[in-house]
Formats: sequence, C-alpha cells, structure tokens
Amino acid sequence: MSADRGRSNALATLASLGAILALWWGVTASGLIAPLFLPGPSEVLLRLVDLARHGFVGASLLQHMAASLARVGLAMLFAVITAIPVGMAMGLYPRINAAIDPLIEFYRPVPPLAYLPLMVIWFGIGELTKILLIYLAIFAPLAIATASGVRRVDPGRIRAAQSLGANRDQIAWLVIFPSALPDILTGLRIALGVGWSTLVAAELVAATRGLGFMVQSASQMLVTDVVLAGIFVIALIALAIELVLRWVERRFAGWASAG
Amino acid sequence: MPVLSVERVSVTYRSKRGAVAALADVSVDVPSGEIVVALGASGCGKSTLLNVMAGFLKPTTGAVTVGGLPVTGPGTDRAVVFQDDALMPWLSAQDNVAFGLQMRGMGQAERRDAAREMLAQVGLEAFAGHAIHEMSGGMRQRVGLARALAVKPDFLLMDEPLGALDELTRERMQMLVLNLWQRSGKGIFLITHSIEEALFLATRLVLLSPRPGRIVQRYETGFARRFLAGEPVRAIKADPAFVAMREELSNAILAHEEEALAHVG
Repeated sequence: MSADRGRSNALATLASLGAILALWWGVTASGLIAPLFLPGPSEVLLRLVDLARHGFVGASLLQHMAASLARVGLAMLFAVITAIPVGMAMGLYPRINAAIDPLIEFYRPVPPLAYLPLMVIWFGIGELTKILLIYLAIFAPLAIATASGVRRVDPGRIRAAQSLGANRDQIAWLVIFPSALPDILTGLRIALGVGWSTLVAAELVAATRGLGFMVQSASQMLVTDVVLAGIFVIALIALAIELVLRWVERRFAGWASAG
Repeated sequence: MPVLSVERVSVTYRSKRGAVAALADVSVDVPSGEIVVALGASGCGKSTLLNVMAGFLKPTTGAVTVGGLPVTGPGTDRAVVFQDDALMPWLSAQDNVAFGLQMRGMGQAERRDAAREMLAQVGLEAFAGHAIHEMSGGMRQRVGLARALAVKPDFLLMDEPLGALDELTRERMQMLVLNLWQRSGKGIFLITHSIEEALFLATRLVLLSPRPGRIVQRYETGFARRFLAGEPVRAIKADPAFVAMREELSNAILAHEEEALAHVG
C-alpha cells in the first residue's frame, strides 16, 4: 500500500519534470522562442559540458564552484563557531537575550542587498565583504534556532544531571547542547539555504570568480545558455547541501524524531 | 548510617492571587534502611517536598539536613528517579547509566563496566547498547533506577516513578524496587498517589493532605519486609490486614479532603 503510494508519488514527480522538459524542448525546437531568450535543453547541456572543459570569463566551472563554496563554507564555519555559543547564552540567560535579540531582529529582516553598499564602504570590495555578507545571513537564523532549542530543553533533564553531580559547564555542553541539537541542525539547514541565496548578491561586488559572478557576467554578455547552466548548478549544489544536512540530522539527532 | 531529615519545612509560592502555601511545617526523617512513602492526592505538595529534599528548591522556612549537615543544593548523595524518566535520549542505555560516573571524571572503560553491572541488577544486561526510544516505559524506568544507583547515593528519592506504567509492569517494578532496596540498604523516599503501592512498598508511610500540603498521619507498615521474607506479593495484597489498612487510608484521604474543602468553602 505505502510502497504503491511511494511509487505513484515518484511517478507524479517524474511526470511534472518530464512535462516541463517537453514544453521547454517544444517551444525552443519549434522556434517559438528565440535562443537568445531561451536556449533549448540540449544547448544548455552542451554548454554545461563546455563550461566544465573550457570555463567562462577566465575560470573553469570547477573554479567558479570552488570560489563560491569556499565563501559559503568559511561564512558557515565562522557562523557555527559564533552563533551557536551566542544562541546558547541567549537561551540560558534572559538578560543576554534581552541585550542581543533586538539587534538580531533588527537586521534579520533587512535584505542583504540593502546593506551590501554599506559594507562595501566599510570593508571594501574584497573577500571580507562577501564572506561577511553571507556570514550575517547565516548568523541570525542559526542563533535564533539555537536559543529557542535551548529554551525548550526539558527542565527535568537538567535536574537529573544536577542530582548526578554535573557542574554548570557539564550541564551546558553535555545536557543542554545535545538536547538543543535537533533545533540547531534544523536552524543550520535553513541558515545555509539563506546563505547560499545570498551568494549571488555577494558576488555582484568586484568578483572575478564564483557561480553568482559567472551568471551575472553571462547575463551582461547575453550568453543565455551560460545563465541557465549556472542557475542549474547553483540549484543542484543547494539540493546537495540540503541532502547532506538532512543526513547529518538523521545521524546526530535521529532520536528527536524517533520519539 | 546517616539520616535525611526534613525539619519544619514550609514552602510558599507567590502567585497572582497572593501567597500560596505548598507545604506547611512538614517534618519527616528518612533513615538508611527504611522506605518512607509519601502518599497523597494531587496538589498535596508531595512533589514540592521531594524537590526540597533533592535540593532543587529552597524551603521558605525550615531546613533539610543529611547527617546533621544542611542541604544546599542537588548532590549525588541523594539520587533522584523521575516520573517521566528524564533520561538523555541521545545516549544508549549504558551511557545513560554511566552519566553520573562520567560527571565525576571516571575513565571510559571503568564506567562502562560499572554501568553494565548496574544494568544487570535491574535486569537489562541485554539492552546496554539500546537507544532509549527503543525501550518501553518500564524499561526506561529501570534505566533511570540504574542511573541513580550507579552514583552510589546514600538516599534514593523517587518521584512517582511507577505512575505512568501499566498494572502488571507496575507490580513487577515494585518488587524490583524492594529487592534493590534489600540489596543496597539505602534510605528510600518515594511518593505515590496509589494507596496499594504505598502500603506494599513502605516501611514508614506519611499521609499528606492538600491546601496547605502537610502531613496528617504517620504509619509504620510491615508488608515490604514480609515480601522480602519470602511471602508472595498476591498473598500480601489479599491479606485482610492489607485490605483493612487500604480502606483506612482511603477513608482518611477522603476525610481530610472534605475537611480541607469545608475549610476553604
């Protein structure tokens, strides 16, 4: 029964993907839409192979990918190191929360593109500004998720640890942190989604490499098949990140969904 | 052997409707080798009493002492077994039992052996590597018991540990508690709202009444020792003396509740 349903669900997914692909192929092959606006699937695929072999605007596809992943990776690393302890402190101490929460809530809803110019004035047009922009986008959701995870920890668990002789630090890192880990990992998944989508904005500023830069310069040169190929690569990497983090959640916080 | 003493403890909460007395002038002793059971309906402050004894809650007046020394906070001399197990679900059964030993810096191999031994004592030696969510409610309470006993406390404080279990599992757990008590000789303080459970497990029984929570009766009972002397549990619970005392307690609880209601009304 459920296997049947799974199969028919997979069928529905394949059908909708197939329909889009067929429509795309139909309108381009028939000449209904000019290749300048929408190149056909085969051209985009060929362009992707060409990008991988010969690159675009001075760097191979792999180098563009590496530049983008390095930026997001570094930003995520710094965010994990800082946002999780800050979120823990916010969740544990209402006074720290009262001091920090308004700052986070103030900048969090502002689109990164809106404060990008300010950061260029302050930090120039180098890597620092790009990584900082992504870092800020990741920091807020991660800190907020950590704080709310900490607040939801069962007080009975803390009492149990106290009566078993745990000191403050042991309670923080061996009881509260693992209790909040499912929320932290969910927060990280959401934060990385936001971080990855901030990438293009960050790479608008004087970049010479990166997927966002590649798509942006291709669009200025009206090389539409590179634009499309770049968008597909960005989407595929986002999907890969999502799948990896879901695996991490199952592996390290599977107990939370197991009940 | 030390005594865990509650000396004239009162606990008053501040609420929107003014001060609420959760406990009023409660004194009770838990000597080593005795099982003191606090019996009472919900709202009689028995959990508050246990929290004060564990050191989770400071009394408004009065004091808790162990061997004459005042209790200032939670400690491994008074291990707690919780109603909702309060286990760490990301740890295996064995690592849960070893948690207290890990806190005091015991080496990994040493605490694994100690945890295995405790699990064997509660009949879970085959489940050492199991995750908590793979275990039933009764098994989780056994892990909770083993975890508390692993730190070698002088006293065991049990907060309605069997309240959420089905009837058969509950009786099996009652027997396990008595057997562990006999083997360890610790002082146990246990709270329950089940009259039968209180009578079967207690060597001393205190009856609490609500609004404000206070001790209204004290009994000495011998059914626990009769079980340990070899008498079957069914025979004890069917004994006319047991049945008569169950009725007496039941009436006492009802009478005190009506009195309290009349007092308020």
